[in-house]
Amino acid sequence: MLETTQKSVQGNERIVNEVCVAICTVNGSGSATANSILYRSLFRMGILTSGKNIFPSNIKGLPTWFVIRASARGYTGRVAYDDVVVALNAATIQQDVTYLREGGVLFYADHLEKPEIKDKEVIVYPMPIKTLMKQVDVPRNLQSYMENMLYVGIVGQVLGIPEEILKATVDHHFRSKPAIAESNFNIVKLGFQYAFENLEKKDHFYLEQLPELSDYILTDGNNAGALGSLYGGLQFCAWYPITPATSLVESAIAQVGKLRKDPETGKNTCVILQVEDELAAAGATLGAGWAGLRAMTSTSGPGISLMTENIGLAYFTETPMVIWDVQRVGPSTGLPTRTAQGDLSMLYTLGHGDTQHVILIPGTVTECFEFGWRSLDIAEKYQTPIFVLSDLDLGMNTWVTKRFEYPNQPIERGKIIREEKLEEFKDWGRYKDLDGDGIPYRTVVGNLSPKAAYFTRGTGHDEYGNYSEDPKNWSDMLDRIGLKLKGVVKDLPKPVIRRAKAEADIGIIGMGSTHDAMIEAQDILAEKGIQADYMRVRALPANSAVREFIASHARNYVVELNRDGQLQQILSLEISEYSEKLISISVIGGLPLTAAWTVESILGKEKKGGKTC
Amino acid sequence: MEKHVDLNRIGLALTDYKGKPSTLCPGCGHNAISNQIQSAIWELGLPPEKVMKISGIGCSSKSPNYFLDRSFGFNGLHGRMPTLATGACFGDSSIKILGISGDGDTASIGMGHFKHVIRRNVPMVYIIENNGCYGLTKGQFSATSDQGLRLKHQGVNLLPPLDLCMEALISGAPFVARTFSGDVKQMKQLIKAALSQNGVAVIDVISPCVTFNNRDEALQSYSWGREHEAPIQGIAHFQSREEIQLENFEEGTFREIQLQDGSYMVLKKIDTDYDPTALHAALDLLTESYKYHYFATGLIYFSEVPPTIQDMYDLPDEPLNRITKDRLRPSKESLEAINVSLY
Repeated sequence: MLETTQKSVQGNERIVNEVCVAICTVNGSGSATANSILYRSLFRMGILTSGKNIFPSNIKGLPTWFVIRASARGYTGRVAYDDVVVALNAATIQQDVTYLREGGVLFYADHLEKPEIKDKEVIVYPMPIKTLMKQVDVPRNLQSYMENMLYVGIVGQVLGIPEEILKATVDHHFRSKPAIAESNFNIVKLGFQYAFENLEKKDHFYLEQLPELSDYILTDGNNAGALGSLYGGLQFCAWYPITPATSLVESAIAQVGKLRKDPETGKNTCVILQVEDELAAAGATLGAGWAGLRAMTSTSGPGISLMTENIGLAYFTETPMVIWDVQRVGPSTGLPTRTAQGDLSMLYTLGHGDTQHVILIPGTVTECFEFGWRSLDIAEKYQTPIFVLSDLDLGMNTWVTKRFEYPNQPIERGKIIREEKLEEFKDWGRYKDLDGDGIPYRTVVGNLSPKAAYFTRGTGHDEYGNYSEDPKNWSDMLDRIGLKLKGVVKDLPKPVIRRAKAEADIGIIGMGSTHDAMIEAQDILAEKGIQADYMRVRALPANSAVREFIASHARNYVVELNRDGQLQQILSLEISEYSEKLISISVIGGLPLTAAWTVESILGKEKKGGKTC
Repeated sequence: MEKHVDLNRIGLALTDYKGKPSTLCPGCGHNAISNQIQSAIWELGLPPEKVMKISGIGCSSKSPNYFLDRSFGFNGLHGRMPTLATGACFGDSSIKILGISGDGDTASIGMGHFKHVIRRNVPMVYIIENNGCYGLTKGQFSATSDQGLRLKHQGVNLLPPLDLCMEALISGAPFVARTFSGDVKQMKQLIKAALSQNGVAVIDVISPCVTFNNRDEALQSYSWGREHEAPIQGIAHFQSREEIQLENFEEGTFREIQLQDGSYMVLKKIDTDYDPTALHAALDLLTESYKYHYFATGLIYFSEVPPTIQDMYDLPDEPLNRITKDRLRPSKESLEAINVSLY
């Protein structure tokens, strides 16, 4: 493991608000509730924190890990070591302790065999989970779920989470069921009290309360994407379940009834429909977009494969629709519960023939909300499919993120024309470029003007939608669509650029969920004397700011979670005059990026003069 | 001298329902269907703007270009017509949907969607222009080709056919009919009745391919159809009860059914006691007709229409695609409440 950039704990050092805690459990055992209570407690203490669920593609019985990283400095990307291991899984306990650093801490359920720790000093706290549970009166069927609350109390006490914070987060978690909140908190308290009376603090890790993070919330990217879509005026969503995209639509289902009642009639203004497969999901979404509804579907890589033909049809018939791709690891079924950035190349030119798609790439949960509504606007304005490229880490993990901001511009419906407007045109044609921007005017079903209808087809068509095999007509049609997509760039999110504190020779470029690790890597590089500017690409096709950034650095390291460096390849093609300034740093194992690996890789290349090897 | 033009009850001529000239082969059964669709809709007095045409890929799916020029049309992907219709039906629920498909489109590549669109009860008239072969790719077997059928470049079909009416029945369709491009009178009455309902209505039209599959012995040929057609009832559609003319009907031999739009369908008994409201009778009829090689046509099954997919969502009366922007975005306060709940 490349961890040379992270020093381990020594002597009597007191480490405050910088700790990585791994909770090692069995999936299906109910530990998710306990873990999220611990996580939220740190957040409520005002500490910037991340929580990453590393889980199996399984329902019950396999190992699962929840890793909380608290960092008051804001470095919340993944690290490949643990400071604290909370071991509750007999099957993995021996392996779990190997991730501890010197001076690390082990909490373990004392009914498990105590693991052997040879090569390092580790502070061990046994947790008498089964013995303590005998002291409380809980229904037998809930016992194994509720015993998780004991480690919340024990770990909370030893690391220094105030009791009232634990109480507040338990109450928050069970806010609709106060009685259940109370019985759970009683168990938290039991653990808290036990640790106070029986465990002598010997480790180095301390949590201390900071000012409230009042500008922040705690939620996942899929929930944010769903809400962004609902606030973006989503009217139709057809979908098919697939990990890790499912929770996006499920979040929408949970909130649509409350958020999307027509203020005038009290009726529903958004339809969410589960269909028989992803072909149907894309087909129905396309049908709705064609019929004048703001339409979206959400899936992951394998679903995109199935949707491909319909998305090509949407592209060529110039029908707006939004497709969320919450990426998992491919090819094939791949690793359904692990994260990756391997769908970028596929999406960019998805479909046969000449295609080119617009991709929005959120890098924070707040951006998932923002791109949720923006994507619908851009799709309707440019009459084309828009992808929003998220991933499992961003979509399914809960993040400390900036509060959602209400959309700062009204809903954009583009050039939809109704009966009266149609009358103003002397010679309207569905695919006629009347404004010189490549974007035609469109009518939708229900328009009762006898001139409104047109025949939509995926075959060759002229400006009026009539069938045509004429060579010039064909190339004119594709050129106009190309023109339209050149225009879209001005409406796409600009890259986020974080400058080095001094003049920087090199650039580091990332996208999506690797943001936190990239920022940390940038700062570690600076500590090592290498000034690097950081740019996070937020959309393709790339705009001029991306070009300028690349041009202004001698070397740009493009860091991404896939095998071949897909972003680096696309940027090299699009900005070919600077292609030799673009160096790929990519890794794929299904886990989120770490700053340490990024720094090691960049240093390695820098030693070789920045040449690709 | 001014030519007299017949107008329907909304003052439109049949020519207002025309499409582009057909480019299908002369004599193609599908052209007969296109003609009956336009005259059925004209006779119903439905404005063409109140209809949308959705189709898949194939000769059948090209045909919506050849009728109802004033209706929106979407010639989509092979087998995926039902999915387009599913999404499009929510745009404006006052628009009648005509789904046009073929046997390759529905019985082969699109069978899953066919059954699911019925299960969802998407309000549409689903017409299969069934010629038992692939026309546009020049004469291959489809999933409705008869076992033993011989085609020029294919040899002998080894597999038994699927019966799309049977598939529709067991998927729960409340209106299932079979008719024939050689029996346009019956076809038109069935289309009118289907359009008067508000659920999914499936009409399997045996529609010969004159170029690739019209040999006398072929199940989907004109001559086999003409020789073996056995209508299970006479059928007539009337706009209102007053229009029903029963002079030719003997007492007790007809059945009058009011349809969802208030119009009437009259079924005239022929020579059996066939009950189109009995599912088992419908299944028996289809099994027997294949086994004994006769061609049962008419209204095979009819039931009360269950709630449509639109009914299940409690939508406004106003078309969803006309809801103004300000009614689509929840309030700023509601987002503030969400932010608070996520702290």
